[in-house]
Amino acid sequence: MPDKKQKVRSLQREPLTDAQMLMFISIGIFVVMYLAAMLTLKGGFLKPQMIFDLLNDNAALIIIACSLTVVMIGGGINISVGGIIGLTVMSCALFLNGCMIESSFVSILLTFLLALGIGLAFGVAEGFLVSYLEIQPFIVTLAGMFLARGLTTILSVNPVKVTHKAFLELVKVKLKISWLGYTAQNGNLIPAKIEIGAIVAILVVILMALMLRYVKLGRNIYAVGGNRQSALMLGINVKRTIFWSYVISGLLAGLAGFVFLMHKPAGNASVALRGEMDAIASSIIGGTLLTGGVGNVIGTFFGTMILATIQKIIALSPLNASWWQEMANGAMLGFFIVLQSVVLSARSKSRIKQNSRKQNAPPVEEGPPQTQ
Amino acid sequence: MQDDIVLTMRGICKYFPGVRALNNVDFTLRKGTIHALMGENGAGKSTLIKVLTGVYAMDGGEIRIDGHEGPIVIHSPQEAQHYGISTVYQEITLCPNLTVAENMFIGRGSGRGVDWKGMEKKAGEMLNNLGIPARPRQQLGSCSLAVQQMVAIARAVDAECKVLILDEPTSSLDDKEVEMLFGLMRELKSRGVGIIFVTHFLEQVYAVSDQITVLRNGELVGQYDVKDLPQVKLVEKMIGKDLEDLSGIKNNAPAGSENDVFYEADDLSSSESRPFDFHIAKGEVNGFTGLLGSGRSESVRAIFGADPVTGGTVKVDGKQVKITKPLDAMKHGIGYLPEDRKRDGIIADLSVRENIILALQVIKGMNHPISRAKTEAFADEYIKALNIKTASTETPIRSLSGGNQQKVILARWLLTHPQYLILDEPTRGIDVGTKTEIQKLVLKLAEEGMSITFISSEIEEMLRTCSRLIVMRDRKIVGELTGEELTQEQVMKTIAGGEQ
Repeated sequence: MPDKKQKVRSLQREPLTDAQMLMFISIGIFVVMYLAAMLTLKGGFLKPQMIFDLLNDNAALIIIACSLTVVMIGGGINISVGGIIGLTVMSCALFLNGCMIESSFVSILLTFLLALGIGLAFGVAEGFLVSYLEIQPFIVTLAGMFLARGLTTILSVNPVKVTHKAFLELVKVKLKISWLGYTAQNGNLIPAKIEIGAIVAILVVILMALMLRYVKLGRNIYAVGGNRQSALMLGINVKRTIFWSYVISGLLAGLAGFVFLMHKPAGNASVALRGEMDAIASSIIGGTLLTGGVGNVIGTFFGTMILATIQKIIALSPLNASWWQEMANGAMLGFFIVLQSVVLSARSKSRIKQNSRKQNAPPVEEGPPQTQ
Repeated sequence: MQDDIVLTMRGICKYFPGVRALNNVDFTLRKGTIHALMGENGAGKSTLIKVLTGVYAMDGGEIRIDGHEGPIVIHSPQEAQHYGISTVYQEITLCPNLTVAENMFIGRGSGRGVDWKGMEKKAGEMLNNLGIPARPRQQLGSCSLAVQQMVAIARAVDAECKVLILDEPTSSLDDKEVEMLFGLMRELKSRGVGIIFVTHFLEQVYAVSDQITVLRNGELVGQYDVKDLPQVKLVEKMIGKDLEDLSGIKNNAPAGSENDVFYEADDLSSSESRPFDFHIAKGEVNGFTGLLGSGRSESVRAIFGADPVTGGTVKVDGKQVKITKPLDAMKHGIGYLPEDRKRDGIIADLSVRENIILALQVIKGMNHPISRAKTEAFADEYIKALNIKTASTETPIRSLSGGNQQKVILARWLLTHPQYLILDEPTRGIDVGTKTEIQKLVLKLAEEGMSITFISSEIEEMLRTCSRLIVMRDRKIVGELTGEELTQEQVMKTIAGGEQ
C-alpha cells in the first residue's frame, strides 16, 4: 500500500502529453522555416504583411482544416469539405447576383445564412449516416463530395462572378494596421492589411480550441476518438458525439465557403478543388493523428501556416512551378508522419522503461491482454 | 434482509437459444467482504455478472439491494450504477489519450462545460484517499497497467457505490502490481464496499477473498467461507465429475520412451508464457492440464510459434531448429488446432473444401497451386474419413455445426500429414458423439506413430486419451503425471498445489 502521507500531488506541472508534443513540434518547425525564409529570401518575408497575406489567402483553408481536425480527433474523416466550399461559393454567388432585396445588409445576411445552411445540411446528413447508421465515414463523405461537386456544376457550368455591389464593397473592407506597415519606395506609408476572412478564421481557431478544451462535447470527441468502446463504457453517448462532430465540421465548411467568396468573389466548378486534401495534410502536420484521439486546432493552424509558407517560399524562389509545390507538400507530409511515429514510439518506449524501473519488474504488455 | 447483506440474488435464470446459461442461481454478498466468484469456462460467471449489471435481462429470479425495498429490475449498466453497482472489466475501459482526472469524471455530471480545476482537485483528493500513485493531470496512457486499473476502480467507487464487481482485474498484471491492487481492494473492503472478485488464479482467491461462490454448468455448486474450503476441494467443485460413459476409450500405451523423442524444447518462452521444458515421443499422446489461465494454451502456442518466441532451444527429430512463426512449425511437421475455433481456426465464408486445403497450400507455397480436381478429391476423402456432415464440399463452413467445423479443421491438419499435432480444446462446445469420435481418432493417429498434445478443460477426457499429463498452475509447470498417477484425484491435487 503506498503511504497516505504523500503530499497532495494535485496540481504540479506535468510532462507534455503526446498531443502537446506534436503541436510544439509543428510550431517549432513553422518558426524555423519562417526564420530561414527571412534570412535567405528576404524581400517580402521581412515585412509583417507577409504573415497577413498568408492568413488572407488561406483563411478558408484554416477553417476547413479546423473542421477536419474536429472529425479526425473523433476518429472520423470528412473529405467532402472542399466540395461543400465549391457548392457554397457557387450558390452564394448566384444568390447574390439574382438577389432582388433592396437592403444590402439583408441580402448579405441571407447569403451568409445560405452558406451556413448548406454546410449544416451536409453535416447533419453525413453525421446521421456515419453515427446512427454506422456507415464508413470515408464512403459517406466521398459520396458527399461527389454530390456537392455535381450540384455545383448543375447550378452553373460557367464561372459566375459576383456583381452584387454591396458585397463587392464588403470584400474590399480590410483592417488596416499602420504601425505594422512599411514605407514604399515613393515614401508612402503602406499599412498592413487584414481581410475579414482572416479574422473570422482566427476566431474559428480560438472558438474551436475553447470548445475542444472546455466544453463536454469537445472532451467527449477526444474520448470517442481515443477508444470508442471505452468511451461507451464511460457513459458517453458515442453516437451523438460523432453526429455533432460532423455537424460542426459541415457548418465550418459552409462558413469557409462564405469566407472564400469574400476573398475571391467568383464561383466556378473547380473552386477549392482538393481543398479537403490540403486540410487533411494541415491537420496531420499540426499533430492530429488519423487514428483519432490526439490533436488540437492550434496545431492545425500552424500546420496550415507551414503549408502556406512552403507555397510562398516556392513562389518566390526560382523553382516556381506547381509540381515543386506539390512535391514539397508531399515531402513535408511524409516527413511529419515519420517524425510523429518516431517521437510517439520513443516516448512510449521510455514510458515502459520508466514504469518497469519504478516497479522493478519486467515491462508489461501494452494493449488488451490476450484471452486464453 | 439481514443488516450486513448488501446484495441478494435469488433463483436467477437465464436462457439462450438452446442453452441454459443460468439455472436457479443464488448469490449473497455481505458488506465489507471480498467474495470470489469461481467456475470454469461456461460455468455462468460472466452471465451472472451481466445479469447483475443489466447487460442481459434475466428470465427468472429476483435481485434485492440494500437501501431499496423490494426486488429491483436492472435494464442497463447505467441503471446498475444508479443502484450502486459498479463494474471494472478485465480490459481497461478508459481512454489512454485523456488525463487521469478526466478519465475519472468524463461522461458524468450535468451541464455542458468542463470545470478542469474542480475536477482535478476532486480527482487528486480521491487518488490520495485511496493511495493510488497517479497524478490527476497525468496522461492515463503514461501510467502502468496496474495504475490504470486502479484509476478505473477509483472511478467506479464513488460515494454511492455499494457493490464493486472486479471482472478478472489481475489477468494482465505482474505479481507486484497484483499486490498493489489487493491493497486497494482491502482498503475499499474496510470502507464497507462489497466486492465481487472474478478470477481464475486460485492463489489470488485465497490471498484476498473472504467468501467463495462456485458455479458449474450454469448451476450453483455452493457458497463457502474461504477457511472452510481448501484449494483442492475448490478445484473439485469447479471441475466436478464427468458422468458421461465413455469408458470404452482408454490410452493403454505407456508413456513415450526417452530415446524416441520427436520434439524437445529447452527453456522455451514466448511473449505470453514463462520459460518451460517439454518433450514428446513419437506415438505419444500427452496433455497440458490446469485451470483456465494456468498457461496451458500459451505453452502450446509457444511450441507452434503462434506467439512471438523470446528464448530457448528447440530440437525436432534430434536436430536443433528455429521455430519462431507458425510456418516454421508447419515445415517441421507440426500442426496446431487452436483453442478459439471461430477466431483462429475457420475462415467462415470459405467452403469446406477451401478450409480443408488451406494448410497444405501454405506449406507448398503460393507458387505450387494444387489443382481443383485434386483439392476436391482430398476434400471428399476427408469428409468420408472423418464423417463430416456437410451438404457438399462447396458448402460454406459457417453453416456447419461446431463439431463438424472442428472436424474440418482437423482434416486440414491431417492432410498435411504432420508428425506432431497439437489439439487445444478440440472438443469444446461440441456434442458428445463427436467428442467420442475425436478422442478415438486421437488414439488411432497415435497408434500410427503421430505425436499428439491434447488439451481439454475436462479432466476425464484427458485421462482417457493421454499417457502423460503436464500440470500447470499460475503459468508454471507444477507437476508431471504418468501411469498409475493418472487419476482424477491426483490431477486435482496437483492442480490445487498439494494443500489438502
